[in-house]
Amino acid sequence: MVPEHILSWMIFFPLIGAGLILLVPKRYPTLMKVIALLATVPPLWWAASLYVGFDRWGNGFQYMEKVPWIEAFNIHYSLGIDGISIPMILLTALLAFICVIASWNINEHVRGYFALFLLLDTSMVGVFSALDFFLFYVFWELMLLPMYFLIGIWGGPRKEYAAIKFFLFTLVGSVLMLVVMLVFYFGSVEPATGLHSFDLTILADQSVHQAFLQSHTIRWLCYLGLFIGFAIKIPLVPFHTWLPDAHVEAPTAISVILAGILLKMGTYGILRISYPLLPDMAREFALFAAILGLISIIYGALCAMAQQDMKKLIAYSSISHMGFVMLGMSVFSNTTAINGAVLQMFNHGTVTAMLFLLVGVIYDRAHHRDIDGFGGLAKTMPVYAGYTGLAFFAALGLPGLSSFISEALVLVGSFQQYKIITITATTGIILTAGYFLWTMQRVFLGPLNQKYAELPDISLREAFTLTPLALIVILLGFYPMPVLNLIGTTLKHTVAMVVG
Amino acid sequence: MLGPQTVKNILWLIPCLPLTGAVVNGLLRRRLPARLIHIIGCVTVFLAFLVSVSGFISLLRIEEPHNRLLIQSLYQWLLTVWDQGRFSLTVAFRFDPLSATLCLVVTGVGFLIHLYSVGYMAGDESQGRYFAYLNLFTFSMLLLILADNLLLMFVGWEGVGLCSYLLIGFWFSDLEKAQAGMKAFIVNRVGDFGFFVGLMLLFWSLFEGSNGGVSGLGFTELRQAVPLLASASPVLGVGVVTWIALLFFVGATGKSAQIPLYVWLPDAMAGPTPVSAFIHAATMVTAGVYMIVRLNFLYLAAPAALTVVAVVGAVTAFYAATIAITQNDIKRVLAYSTISQLGYMFLAVGVAAFSTGIFHLVTHAFFKALLFLGAGSVIHAVHSNDMQEMGGLKKYLPYTYLTFMTAYLAISGIPPFSGFMSKDEILWATFNSHLSVPGLGKALWALGLLGAGLTAFYMTRLVALTFMGTFRGGADEEKHLHESPLVMTIPLIILALLAAVGGAIGLPAVTHLPNLLHDFLSPVLSGHGSSGHEVHAYGLEVLLMLVSTGVALSGIGLGYYFYLKRPELPDQARARFAAVYRLLLNKYYVDEIYSALFLRPVLKLVALSGLFDLQVIDGAVNLSSKITAKFSFLVGWEDLTIVDGAVNGVAAMVQRWGDWIRHLQTGRIHQYLYSVVLGLFGLCVFMLLF
Repeated sequence: MVPEHILSWMIFFPLIGAGLILLVPKRYPTLMKVIALLATVPPLWWAASLYVGFDRWGNGFQYMEKVPWIEAFNIHYSLGIDGISIPMILLTALLAFICVIASWNINEHVRGYFALFLLLDTSMVGVFSALDFFLFYVFWELMLLPMYFLIGIWGGPRKEYAAIKFFLFTLVGSVLMLVVMLVFYFGSVEPATGLHSFDLTILADQSVHQAFLQSHTIRWLCYLGLFIGFAIKIPLVPFHTWLPDAHVEAPTAISVILAGILLKMGTYGILRISYPLLPDMAREFALFAAILGLISIIYGALCAMAQQDMKKLIAYSSISHMGFVMLGMSVFSNTTAINGAVLQMFNHGTVTAMLFLLVGVIYDRAHHRDIDGFGGLAKTMPVYAGYTGLAFFAALGLPGLSSFISEALVLVGSFQQYKIITITATTGIILTAGYFLWTMQRVFLGPLNQKYAELPDISLREAFTLTPLALIVILLGFYPMPVLNLIGTTLKHTVAMVVG
Repeated sequence: MLGPQTVKNILWLIPCLPLTGAVVNGLLRRRLPARLIHIIGCVTVFLAFLVSVSGFISLLRIEEPHNRLLIQSLYQWLLTVWDQGRFSLTVAFRFDPLSATLCLVVTGVGFLIHLYSVGYMAGDESQGRYFAYLNLFTFSMLLLILADNLLLMFVGWEGVGLCSYLLIGFWFSDLEKAQAGMKAFIVNRVGDFGFFVGLMLLFWSLFEGSNGGVSGLGFTELRQAVPLLASASPVLGVGVVTWIALLFFVGATGKSAQIPLYVWLPDAMAGPTPVSAFIHAATMVTAGVYMIVRLNFLYLAAPAALTVVAVVGAVTAFYAATIAITQNDIKRVLAYSTISQLGYMFLAVGVAAFSTGIFHLVTHAFFKALLFLGAGSVIHAVHSNDMQEMGGLKKYLPYTYLTFMTAYLAISGIPPFSGFMSKDEILWATFNSHLSVPGLGKALWALGLLGAGLTAFYMTRLVALTFMGTFRGGADEEKHLHESPLVMTIPLIILALLAAVGGAIGLPAVTHLPNLLHDFLSPVLSGHGSSGHEVHAYGLEVLLMLVSTGVALSGIGLGYYFYLKRPELPDQARARFAAVYRLLLNKYYVDEIYSALFLRPVLKLVALSGLFDLQVIDGAVNLSSKITAKFSFLVGWEDLTIVDGAVNGVAAMVQRWGDWIRHLQTGRIHQYLYSVVLGLFGLCVFMLLF
């Protein structure tokens, strides 16, 4: 069953669920959870049908929808997906479903939590399918609101600090994006109609840019503005310090969404907006971006090793892993690196989701996340240790698991253009192995900490959230072509466009 | 018997049978009875052995040796396409004389070790986990061997690293054992780093050399394309092909425990003893040797790199033997002997005697598996690794003793045992080698010979302390001494037969009989895969054989004199050369040096980064928010005192701005949200008006 406006359905179906949840009386919290769950199931089904129906060899956008929205400004409600957005849409649908299940133990303000969560879901799918800059911006801003409250209300002890920090950082990025958006709007004229436009497919046509927008300085500044805005989201060092705080305070499912989806919006934004609109600047900034990617890889790994809090450790590991995405995206002499980068966006989404779910499991039982506060848990929680082992080895890029493929593609591809940077980045795999195995050892191996001798092993619900991710991680390790086929054609054209 | 076509289609079974065993035992380890776990664990490996055997036979039935190659392409693994080229890899298995030989060793010896484990691990509560890991180990090694391209090989390459991590730290409740596993993995990763950089450099050099014609890392393609590297411009004065060969060798030093990355192997004995046998004999450590032989065409194009391999091999062979002399842990002695023997294999491939390197790999697999399993049998009886608590065991463990002695004679290099055949061939090839430095071949030969003498000496010491003399453990212990069950002694007996006569596959030229292994492997080897067969100086060959036998016998004689005839001598020697003894006992303090040189600086850097992030970067963020808040407050206060109308207006704006930020600091964020929405709305209105 594939509805006609499938992308719109995927965006707004969760919102319908949110509306229904608001109508449920307070004394039926379980009903709210069930509604939330049901609101994420059809999008998952539609995502699957997108996966089946997506034309792997087609260039350009598919499943497009375009209707005028605010005609006075020539703003359109314009949607469509290509090879860059489809893996993100699949990931969003999957993680939203999993996160509702993972949120089953939320018992405070249930209505608000799930309504906001579904609003967040809507905004995320919206960001990944919008083709109108204005619409993109609206969804981008819309995402902030539920995220802010989800951290600020259901978070840990320092939730207000973390929420505001998250909000302010992201807002700086939004403001920069807003300014650039307006510059582009006023700096371009659609030849057919003579109107200004927010349409990303039109703005990508360099001939619509007016003289003002052709000035090198303006373009340079625009690119920088967008880059900083997106770099905050990724986050690249040194714009990253909001992330560890946000993760530490956020509830489990929100950490999953934050690391699994929201971070990708930074790199997605660069691919969707910066590259097509300013391909010449993309080339100029490539080396700089690659160096920032490298710094994130190494610095993130070093900081991760210094952490005591498991969530902080994973937050820094995310910074390190997203550095690979940035590095791979900065290579234009081949498509291997950028394929690796987009694949890494997907793989990091699944692996890091597993990691945060796993930390949630232990936090629910022990009520702390101090790495040195455990020891020998593999004895009492063997299944949990098994899942964690799988996730850790996936995260450290063990061949045979998904992240290895994407990181290897990034490194192999980058090597053609940046020899020294790539070799230095490759040392990151040693550090990554170091901090994950060290954590493994401190938490699971060695003599059992008697305090936790009675901890129950993983529950059925928890296993249910982890298993699909684990299967994807293994499958894509041995057979990554399902994703590579989806993204290859689009990325080939992206690179050709940037190279010019 | 199966035809080549059939074998080609079932190649995937060789790695996947053990994989199935690993998955089934891994998932159902709690539900299955121990007996069934054993059956699944052993039978899957045995079936893989049968498939390997039939593959081997059908290879032999192909008349023309150069057609002895079966490749099964399973599916497209990776593909990225761009205008100037593509990067494309398939999952394909390559069955040729080289991989066939290794498959037979891994599945054959591997099966015996699995079988032995049934007895050794009886009663352990985690047998399902044990056999799942062991099967996974077999799978990874077979994947490494059968992979038809370098990246797939890398999957197996790191896979064995993973399995060694899991198995070395099998008894993870003991922190020291868990740490040994971690050390193994991380040291291996350092080597893997070299391997991976080599892989990238190789691909792009070939890609650019062929203007995009090379699109993958398949061995057939690489072999054809490597000549392109000759024209590549050197990097830092060293040819690209030499760089690549050296980088791959860095990987080999990690996996195959050579200087400088050997440090993980001695600690790896923390795992159950059959695992040590598996790591040291059949899997893992042989990977580096195999990889170099697989890439022999690359190494032949880089003579300087080959010289480095030979020198590192010879030095390691000697160096590790010196450490083995002083160790008291029976497994530790054997661990250093493995490092030393691997050194011989690298010496062989370093002098371009590739088939000889594989020959020693095979015979070593027989006798080293036997030594470790024998040691396991001893430990099983004595419940200790310390040779000081053993002695006189030959009367309690007759089968173990007899089989162990076979392996002892083999490793010591006594003709006609297998170890003598292969080691002597290595020394002969080294003696005749033409390395880029004149005279180096002879020097390495002398070093190897010296190492062989030391080997005979420390092995005699081991046998003397373990099996000879009288039992030094307590009387209670003595009562419980017992021979191991049949399931453990049968593998010992089979391995003993192989260790005794296995040398027949590589007879020296002087016998005028064919060197079966060398002939079988020759299609895989480029150019002159020398094993000394070209040099027809029989007189010299026999003379050198006599010399090396003499050296081995002196080593044994010296050991006998020291440890059986005059047992007080070792103590005197220890007192006399206390400094040397301490140096050797502490393994030249290499662990301590590495820790000071690498581990501690990295940990310092880690702590520094953590601090920097918290204090400087995050500090700057927090500071700027504080300053903004203070500033807005200040501006607000100043505004009141300034009367000027024009300035007043500006100040009022600033004040509003400041207040607004201050509100952010107090946490009332929704106000700001509204203002964003309002701002957007205002913007729309503004634009509407124009």
